[in-house]
Amino acid sequence: MEFAAQIGGSVTDGLAYLGSLTSLGARAAYYTFIAPFKGKPIRLQQTISQAMQVGVRALPILSLITFFIGLILALQSAYELRKFGAITFVANAVAISMTRELGPLITAIVVIGRSGSAFAAEIGTMRVTEEIDALETMAIHPVDFLVAPKFLAMTIMLPCLTIWANSMGILGGALFGVTQAGFFFGRYIRASLDTLFLRDIVTGLIKSVVFGIAITAVGCHEGLTTGVGAEEVGRSTTRAVVVSIFLVILVDLVFTTLFFFLGQR
Amino acid sequence: MEPRDDSKLEAMISLRDLRVNYGEREILHGLTFEVMRGETLVILGGSGSGKSTLLRTLVGLERPSSGEIWLKGKNLAVISDAEMNAIRKRIGMSFQGGALFGSMTVGENVALPLREHTRLEEPTIEIIVRLKLDQVGLAGFENYLPSQLSGGMKKRAAVARAMAMDPEILFFDEPSAGLDPIIAAGVDELILELKKAFHMTIVVVTHELASAFLIADRMVLIEKGNIVASGSREEMRSSAHPRVRQFLDRIAEPEVLQEADYLQMLTEDHRAAGRSMTQRGGV
Repeated sequence: MEFAAQIGGSVTDGLAYLGSLTSLGARAAYYTFIAPFKGKPIRLQQTISQAMQVGVRALPILSLITFFIGLILALQSAYELRKFGAITFVANAVAISMTRELGPLITAIVVIGRSGSAFAAEIGTMRVTEEIDALETMAIHPVDFLVAPKFLAMTIMLPCLTIWANSMGILGGALFGVTQAGFFFGRYIRASLDTLFLRDIVTGLIKSVVFGIAITAVGCHEGLTTGVGAEEVGRSTTRAVVVSIFLVILVDLVFTTLFFFLGQR
Repeated sequence: MEPRDDSKLEAMISLRDLRVNYGEREILHGLTFEVMRGETLVILGGSGSGKSTLLRTLVGLERPSSGEIWLKGKNLAVISDAEMNAIRKRIGMSFQGGALFGSMTVGENVALPLREHTRLEEPTIEIIVRLKLDQVGLAGFENYLPSQLSGGMKKRAAVARAMAMDPEILFFDEPSAGLDPIIAAGVDELILELKKAFHMTIVVVTHELASAFLIADRMVLIEKGNIVASGSREEMRSSAHPRVRQFLDRIAEPEVLQEADYLQMLTEDHRAAGRSMTQRGGV
């Protein structure tokens, strides 16, 4: 009985958490899409500087990681494919798994580590030093001022980063293809592109947009709900990372299932 | 006591039976008092007396659970967010640690409310910023980051930001907390100057007696969420009320804790903290 009550409690907590994320997202969406028509322009400068921080500055590390992932994918699939003498299909395997799955996912995880945690830490520190309260007493809504630009920057930058990640992954695969599978570089790229349908890329990008929303919502929510004291900021940051990773995987599962059944027709 | 003419005797803020809860625990148990136009009211109280909660409620950061706060003809207990924001543009608040935005320069901090709420031209805003910083003795510090300022300067910058919109009421949370006596005296001087120059209504929350007796027209002593005494400087100083005497003469409280009360306080605190967190999450 107690066990059932515990499960019930966790489910209610989880739903309440999702509810607060949704209301945060809805408010941010209001300030991004509706408020501009009421004479409150979106904060272009903050959005651009967030986009720089979230997107452009992530490029070096993201490139390196996804290049390696592409290479690993090529090695792993070649291990099985060469048994069938089908090693030239390495290009297909890498291209499909990168664009449909690993490109968006690895990008999301890198962004969680770099930016989701930073959002929680930044807003959490502002909570602790009463800066959030100061915003409110100045009649400036914290979501308008802090959260909305982050949402906008993330939903724009995450798909861009994902496209970049996809191409870096394919390049990583090409390193194996050229050195081990007897491809010329141009042929490998050609083979990759021939495998891909627009649908593969688009499903990955749709996922990445949702990932971006989830990561921002969790990071900002954790920041805004930070308790009193410096150690609370650390706790919020940790929670932001753990919860974001979980949510991203969950969203990934839901969308992949959805695309699987949609793709059957 | 300074002679007051009748035009000043208009209540700027009036509280009636104000109660504030965190979770199930009541922090303020029905406060009733008034702040007159142009006066400096000091809210005195020890740690945990509820004085900070009172201040947070006055600026609309906490909602009363019952009672009324009348400010500019509106009851803060029942007004909408939009109405509250309209009032917030007419009040200024200086936080304990300054609460300046670390990523902006001092000038940008002061300019923020002007850029958000007015359609002033950029050169006008710059002039106002320079003027406000000059008024708090920080002329020429526009381009410094808050992290480059000392504690006292941060407080001054925070006052400049609170004054940016020419508020009718200025609130101070522990203006001298964390400052050495000389710098703290400087902040007190600043408050006195503002009072003299702008006839502003000022509400200060503090536990510093020296500072309170220097700046106050009237004082309210709060203890455990109740008003213990209120009156002018002289009235307070000559008060025979035992709790006032204890506070003013700095006599330590004998440490008697009733176990049941203490346990209840601990558990309720825990729940209250959880609730205020989820409330904040709802922004």
